[in-house]
Amino acid sequence: MPKEIIDTANHIAAEAVRIAKPGVVAAYPITPQTTIVEKIAQMIETGKMKSEFICVESEHSAMTAAIGASASGVRSYTATSSHGLLLMHEMLTWAGMARLPVVMTNINRAVGPGWNIWCDLNDALAQRDTGWIQIYCAYPQEIFDTTIQAFKLAEDKRISLPVMVNHEGFIMSHTSMPAKIYDEAEVDKYLPKYNPNWKLDPQDPLSHGNLISPEHYTEVRNDMQKSFDAAKDIFVKNAEDWKKQFGSYFGGMIEYYMCDDAQYVMVTLGTIGAEGKVAVDKLRKEGHKVGIARIRMFRPFPTEEIEKLSKKSTLIVIDRAISPGMGGIVHSEVKSCAAPGTKIFGFIAGLGGRDVTYGDIENMIRKAIEGKAKSSEWYDLKEAQ
Amino acid sequence: MSLVEIRFHGRGGQGAVTAAQLLVAAAFKAGKKGVQAFPFFGAERRGAPVMAFARVADEEVVIHSQIYNPDVVVVLDSGVMEYVDVAKGVKEGGLVIINTTKKPSEYNFGKVRVATVDATGIAMKNKISISGIPIVNTAILGSIAKCVNWVGIEHLEKAITEKMGEKAPQNIEAIREAYNSTVVA
Repeated sequence: MPKEIIDTANHIAAEAVRIAKPGVVAAYPITPQTTIVEKIAQMIETGKMKSEFICVESEHSAMTAAIGASASGVRSYTATSSHGLLLMHEMLTWAGMARLPVVMTNINRAVGPGWNIWCDLNDALAQRDTGWIQIYCAYPQEIFDTTIQAFKLAEDKRISLPVMVNHEGFIMSHTSMPAKIYDEAEVDKYLPKYNPNWKLDPQDPLSHGNLISPEHYTEVRNDMQKSFDAAKDIFVKNAEDWKKQFGSYFGGMIEYYMCDDAQYVMVTLGTIGAEGKVAVDKLRKEGHKVGIARIRMFRPFPTEEIEKLSKKSTLIVIDRAISPGMGGIVHSEVKSCAAPGTKIFGFIAGLGGRDVTYGDIENMIRKAIEGKAKSSEWYDLKEAQ
Repeated sequence: MSLVEIRFHGRGGQGAVTAAQLLVAAAFKAGKKGVQAFPFFGAERRGAPVMAFARVADEEVVIHSQIYNPDVVVVLDSGVMEYVDVAKGVKEGGLVIINTTKKPSEYNFGKVRVATVDATGIAMKNKISISGIPIVNTAILGSIAKCVNWVGIEHLEKAITEKMGEKAPQNIEAIREAYNSTVVA
């Protein structure tokens, strides 16, 4: 029987990690990720979890240790946030390009200066091109389920890529809500033991990460791209298999809400896509045909699904992140794969932890419906003081 | 009942977040499927005024923004009322529960019900303290049960037994005393 608990998203993520049984956890604490690491360290210390916990002196080392463990054929995990993730950047590309199935929880937090511990998605979205699969969650149960599914996806021999599972700082990380913790024996049936393609082994020495000449480098990258493409269907199938076995389900690459007949669809990542349901319900009652497409899998990007959606609906993209000098990051991605002639509006909102309420979401969608939205704009921008 | 939003005011270290977490654990036991408890997002300092929040609903809660118009306000330390407008945004017909030896009639927040309880006295009597400072976060939950219809004292007792183990009996006693001695205007 699953155990239903009420706890913070960070503790629920830690429970999922315990059940996934990584051989090595290497991590360095940073707000708002700290409570995951504390919980895992406590579980290891008290014998509830049998993993090697490596205390490291920085996030760069945390990722390096996770890479080393993974290369030796061991399931490995880490967690970080914001500047911790930025400090990992070099080693993120190493894990990605070396095709090592490290799983990491990233708690989305703004980057400084000005120093800010609150949520936005710029930390993770800035790691877009490092060769990591990226998933964004909006419900505590989704965090539990996706964390375990992430190991399965990462370690799939057709994929062999690291996976970053994101949830939002404080909004999720420190918020207590109910979630089902499924039986370990049942999860074992879903998630087989890690069986690596290769591993570093002193008894069977091999060289890894050596020079690749221009003659081969392109093909190595192309092979990686093929695995990213393949990850789309496998991610969807893994979620469906999980649904059959456990019952909980949050969508494939995208969670659709009321999109079938929608003239206007809000596209976003994370909890704006959950809270937005309240706004959509209200607008629907007024007769507006609106819906939500919450992108769960950002890398690989759901290009075909967004194109399909864009053929029947006007898209309103809400970004809790910005690429300075360009605009909303998800907005850019959506524009790049929408059908020609699609109307797409973009809003930048909720940076550095500014609240985005269902009322705000309603205002943004309404602005698009009333024809007052611009192609790209900032929401709730205060006058210069 | 669709959605009830609760805001706790206290000082860092008084257990406002724990109070919110215990309350929603009890409400969940009372059959409310949608529960949520969270701290004010930021850095806390011991002794400084703090807030914690809770949502209780029949169905899953999808809202994650802060609470601006609470149905219920719970004040763990009436001293913060010197600096903080605890009734800010509270809904008309809402409820403010204050830990104080004063009577409800000594407060006026407009069209809002007021309840008072001497949670500090109850905590001291039941020897619930940390470093000699009485901890009132459990006792005052009894006052909430007295004033609302979506959580009962029996649900609070179950939640506290699960969370507090051997410390549960004195906290349960405090909850019962608070339930019985709360004065509602």
